[in-house]
Amino acid sequence: MMIPGLAYLIMNNYLPMFGVIIAFKDINYAKGILGSDWIGFKNFEYLFKTQDAVVITRNTILYNGSFIILNTVFAISVAILLNEVRNKFAARFYQSVILLPFLISMVIVGYLVLSMLSAESGFLNLNLLPMFGMKPISWYFEPRYWPYILTIVQLWKATGYLCVIFLAAIIGIDNEYYEAATIDGASKWHQIRSITIPLIAPTITIMTLLAIGRIFYSDFGLFYQVPLNSGPLQPVTDVIDTYVYRGLMTLGDIGMSSAAGLYQSLVGFILVLLSNYIVSRGNKENALF
Amino acid sequence: MKTNDMNQVVVHAIFILLAALCLIPFVLLIMSSFSSESSIVNNGYSFWPSEFSLEAYTYLWAQKAAMFNSYGITILITVVGTFAGLLISALLAYPLSRRDLPMRGILSFLVFFTLLFNGGLVPTYLIYTEVFHMKDTLMALIIPGLLTNGFFILLIRTFFANSIPVQIIESAYIDGASEFKIFYRMVLPLSLPILATIGLMLTINYWNDWFNGLIYITEPRLFSIQNLLNRMLVNIQFLQQSNMGGQNMSVNLPTNAVRMAMAVVGILPLILIYPFFQKYFVKGLTIGAVK
Repeated sequence: MMIPGLAYLIMNNYLPMFGVIIAFKDINYAKGILGSDWIGFKNFEYLFKTQDAVVITRNTILYNGSFIILNTVFAISVAILLNEVRNKFAARFYQSVILLPFLISMVIVGYLVLSMLSAESGFLNLNLLPMFGMKPISWYFEPRYWPYILTIVQLWKATGYLCVIFLAAIIGIDNEYYEAATIDGASKWHQIRSITIPLIAPTITIMTLLAIGRIFYSDFGLFYQVPLNSGPLQPVTDVIDTYVYRGLMTLGDIGMSSAAGLYQSLVGFILVLLSNYIVSRGNKENALF
Repeated sequence: MKTNDMNQVVVHAIFILLAALCLIPFVLLIMSSFSSESSIVNNGYSFWPSEFSLEAYTYLWAQKAAMFNSYGITILITVVGTFAGLLISALLAYPLSRRDLPMRGILSFLVFFTLLFNGGLVPTYLIYTEVFHMKDTLMALIIPGLLTNGFFILLIRTFFANSIPVQIIESAYIDGASEFKIFYRMVLPLSLPILATIGLMLTINYWNDWFNGLIYITEPRLFSIQNLLNRMLVNIQFLQQSNMGGQNMSVNLPTNAVRMAMAVVGILPLILIYPFFQKYFVKGLTIGAVK
């Protein structure tokens, strides 16, 4: 019964794990992967000697770090507010609409952003900025705006999903706590601070730690589709995933690209173990394993 | 009571604003797709174009061979991928949920480890292209997404282990049912909630997948709708080049409007069915999130 699944895992997951030897080889297609010469850590040396490693690591961590903080704060706020909506029909409607961006592919998000930002015909340049007497901006050539643009787009797409999860945790809270608090004269704000937040803390912790464990992995679509792979933006939009992709598909620099990939996998692996260790120290129940 | 009413008004106001922020880009997209090219060139994409026109859709209709082909590919990989993915995930998860499975620990670890460590994009790509020769085949669009790295298996296993009483399995066993029969007749019917959830997630993944197409597919004939959209985002001429019909329509291409019309075509099925499966989707997310 397990054979198809196991065969699949071997093919999709375990064979590539052995493929990490590519990072230590000088790949020569004529000789094949196994036949290529070993070059030890040369690929890593090249990678870390260039500015690239610093830039992509910095971008990856800064973006994902701020995503984690903003997503959590924003999604919890929205979930708490959504729980306050008395009209059930309205609540369901709001939830559906907020969740909608999560369901569309990043390609479509790329189109949506283009319709806003396109230099010659974008909504911002031709309709919104002139209203405030501002000049059009060539968005796709101006790196300095992109950290904000990407953050907003990411928040727009991810809030609905996280909000649903936190809302599920909030709904699970026993109503008696709130009744008791109301009798004691606690304000809404007090109730949120001393009942809601503490009681959904386990969910917050686990979601945050899961995200931290994956801080070295970025949403490839966000960093590839949304800036339209625009060259001038690369200093601020390049993350490890896009770097690896470019090395493999456009530059054909397989050695360096797989070195970056292995660096990502290894650090990611360590981070997952570390964050799990931290959770299990706090509370065994919350740990992943 | 008065403050309570005030609170509700404020909360609703916030949500109407949030809902608007989520919907506005879609409205802009749809309105732009119905604009005439000249109104976009003069005034940009806007919520109320100075001149309405169907020229973008007329143009897309002329390219219907490529469009329908891509839709066909997308529907095919979504249906096949979802069913195949569900089947092998359940087949793998069920034995793992049984306490009497020999080498259970090692096998679980093998599945679980794939969540923690992977070879990365380059080795995966090389294995698929050099070893299995899947470049430019439909398999390349289906196979990489099947189990999404063991995550779904863990969800299904947990469900099997917690929600299906061991006694049922044991009694069926005593009645002489084979393992496959137990799985097919008893376990699967009892597990519809989790299977529906995973099925929905797989469907969304396959429908929205553009990455596998981006790296494994170079032949326009095999482009899914997302890949077609992806190429057109950068290169509007692409649709013409990819059209196998060979019509020559290079004159007066309404590029800006066509782009947006194409995006509308890409999200239309999703927008249409969303209200119906929204409820299940929320349930699925919640199950998926809690271990």
